[in-house]
Amino acid sequence: MSLPFAIIAVLTLASAVAAMSLRNLVHCALALTVTFAGLAAFYLTLDAQFIGYAQILVYIGAVAILIVFAILLTQGGDAPRQSSFSASSVVGVGIAVAVFGLLSGIILTSRALTHEIRPPPEATVRQIGNQLMGKFILPLEVVGLLLTAALIGAVLIAMREKQDKSR
Amino acid sequence: MTPLTFYLLFSALLFAIGLAGALTRRNAILVLVGIELMLNAANLNLIAFWRYGPHPEALTGIMFVLFSIGVAAAEAAVGLALIISIYRHYGTTDLNRIDSMKG
Repeated sequence: MSLPFAIIAVLTLASAVAAMSLRNLVHCALALTVTFAGLAAFYLTLDAQFIGYAQILVYIGAVAILIVFAILLTQGGDAPRQSSFSASSVVGVGIAVAVFGLLSGIILTSRALTHEIRPPPEATVRQIGNQLMGKFILPLEVVGLLLTAALIGAVLIAMREKQDKSR
Repeated sequence: MTPLTFYLLFSALLFAIGLAGALTRRNAILVLVGIELMLNAANLNLIAFWRYGPHPEALTGIMFVLFSIGVAAAEAAVGLALIISIYRHYGTTDLNRIDSMKG
């Protein structure tokens, strides 16, 4: 395990725990941004530069901002008076620990995982573009359609109903 | 270079953190944040397998993550729109108090 991996992993996991456990929702959103940035750094260390920058653009630039907007449009940053965890939170944490135990057990005992180190592959933007316009043209169009439908649907759902205007 | 196992363990841990958050938080927005964390953990797995796999020149892992990021963005937009709509109706995003499906 290299030193950059350890630093990024610790930062990312700490901010993920903070995003899931802090009381103030705005602080949660800020911690989430650090988690997304750590994941982008992981993509860069894995020689997937395009995905790393796409992660920064989409998650830090759009999804995090969207979450901040949702927080501020609902209750804002003030922490709730009661506990911010549900009453059965012990069960939830137990399930999560069990899932992690199962996954790590599978990973550590698997014989299919390679341990050889390969030279960094070439994944230039030109190659990605060629593939997107060639072999992956149908998924690309479907994702475009999905994003359009989601955009229209989100606007329709969040639009204020006519009779609610008096409120 | 870090072995593949560390990336997989890291992503399993991130997935577990997201799952714990999604199962325990009372605020609907933070449940959505937990789901986003789980999706991101899966994406990291895909990229790690692409990098250490036998045919990285096929770029399938990158394409998979690219489309997964697109779908996750659509999911976040629709989910947050639903939460804002629910907040307008109930005046709260506390999942324990949103307990009826009647309009």
